[in-house]
Amino acid sequence: MIDPRLVLLLSAVLFSLGVAGVLLRRGAITILMCVELMLNAANLAFITFARLKGGAEAQIYVFFIMALAAAEAAAGLAIVIALFRLRDTTDVDEINLLRW
Amino acid sequence: MNLIAFYVFALLIVASAITVITNRNPVASAVALAFNLVAIAAVFMLLDAQFIGLLQVIVYAGAIMVLILFVIMLLNLREEARAHPAGTFQRVLGPLATLVFAIVLGRAVYASAPSSFPEAAAGFGTAGSVGKELFTTFYYPFEAISLLLIVSMVGAVLLAKKKLS
Amino acid sequence: MDLVGILTSDVAIAVYKIGGVFSALMLCVSIMTWVERRVSAIIQYRLGPNRVGPFGLLQPIADGIKFIQKEDIIPAEASKLLYLMAPALAVIPALCAFAVIPFGPEVTIFGKAIKLVILDLDGGLLWAFAATGLGVYALVLAGWSSNSKFSLIGGLRSSAQMISYELPLVLSVTAVILITGTLRPMTIVEQQAGAFWHWNVFQGVPFLGFLLFTIAGYAETNRTPFDLPEAEGELVAGYHTEYSGMRFAAFFMGEYINMMTSSALGVTLFLGGWQIGVPTSWLPEPGWALWSMQIAAFVLKVAFFQFLYVWVRWTVPRLRYDQLMNLGWKGLLPASLANLAATAVVVVIQGP
Repeated sequence: MIDPRLVLLLSAVLFSLGVAGVLLRRGAITILMCVELMLNAANLAFITFARLKGGAEAQIYVFFIMALAAAEAAAGLAIVIALFRLRDTTDVDEINLLRW
Repeated sequence: MNLIAFYVFALLIVASAITVITNRNPVASAVALAFNLVAIAAVFMLLDAQFIGLLQVIVYAGAIMVLILFVIMLLNLREEARAHPAGTFQRVLGPLATLVFAIVLGRAVYASAPSSFPEAAAGFGTAGSVGKELFTTFYYPFEAISLLLIVSMVGAVLLAKKKLS
Repeated sequence: MDLVGILTSDVAIAVYKIGGVFSALMLCVSIMTWVERRVSAIIQYRLGPNRVGPFGLLQPIADGIKFIQKEDIIPAEASKLLYLMAPALAVIPALCAFAVIPFGPEVTIFGKAIKLVILDLDGGLLWAFAATGLGVYALVLAGWSSNSKFSLIGGLRSSAQMISYELPLVLSVTAVILITGTLRPMTIVEQQAGAFWHWNVFQGVPFLGFLLFTIAGYAETNRTPFDLPEAEGELVAGYHTEYSGMRFAAFFMGEYINMMTSSALGVTLFLGGWQIGVPTSWLPEPGWALWSMQIAAFVLKVAFFQFLYVWVRWTVPRLRYDQLMNLGWKGLLPASLANLAATAVVVVIQGP
């Protein structure tokens, strides 16, 4: 059947794609989306280990990660909206108010 | 049969993740991410975690991604412009670095699991078993996270309000 | 491999079920177009379509031909992929949501026990919510990709309405889950056996959960009195302004299938699904007679709710958008929370 190591490999690939996205993209919302990719990679690894070990503990960690991601997305997007009103751009290279 | 389905979904996951990080149009990235999340939910269900898989679709793909799409449309974000045209060095180095990182991470996790799944326990992955643990062992974190969600909601409304001048 | 073995294997039975439900749904969509126009006409004291066949019964065929032969217009600046994807995204989640709804008991045909439900998940209700939640994407993407102000505002309003009313919908169903103790629709229906006062609409706090579910269902499917985002004369048909021909028809198909899913969910959760509602001793033995009566009972109940959708459309005036959002967040949400709390109290008092 399914090899758990393959699922973990998929999780690792997804995580590295998320890291690449965060480092290489310039739009604030796109960076937030790549952070969601990384969180989902972690969720995938958690579920694999939950299936290996049995029990509901790891699934509850995934539940909490999902709730946390929702809270973080809401707050992060509100910050992006406020920033957009101020600077009229979501490009993170332009948000350099602290540097004069 | 499960293995074929897993390969198909894994391919969809990687393809949509690559679309998320390479496409310059933020709406296309968001739609690709929604597709990615549904594919990951499908893999969850292949691994017998039914409750979490369905929750993933309801919460992540059905709520969080809609929120992100909303904000992209409200701000009317068009295609992301390049700062300067990426030279050959950058265009090769980015994917190469990602590949190296993926290989390092992959080798690290590859050894940490056995080569096949054991039989799932009888009630594994059902809402009943997860809910039972949630409301007994993890009761305080559950209350804390509901508090966190309220705080985040209030904070988001405050931050995004137009200033009444 | 013998042919009979293949034709009666589990995969083949699943294919028959999917084919049967899909064709039944598509047939019901075309019947609904006729029903909508005729019943609206009768309510408004005029004749509806009555030329195309006896009582205008062939009108859906005429409508279909009209839609197919229309010119296929794509706006110039539209994002092509998203524009083409949005009508499909309207229909597919609506169809998927119907997969967990049981339309009959477990029957035995030629010695094989078949459950009359396509997907017998333990978390079946969650699947229905997941599918209706995914239906928001069609509105958002249609509004955005049409590259027109009316479409964008209509799309944003529609989707904001849909996600706001998902909360009272799910909370009113949670009250039912408290009573039944399971997420599996088949078990929920089986627990409502017997006389009709065993139906879930009379358990817990009688009628309140059902009323909240129905109102939230109307808002979820963008039907009057909550159809401001797509009303003509208000927003020039909202998010599907720029769609013509068969794509427009696809949005309407999606809306009708959503209506049917909502009605079917309400019937399954609150009104006993395929149960006939008479005491079990009055019913015949399980056999062809009983199953066909039960399937007919399900179809009749869903048909009544479809009729109710059209009836309410011409009875209640349309809500303005801010009134709509106020009703959702300040009216239905506290009401469904109160319903949940009251149901919990009732369940504890009644004991196991």
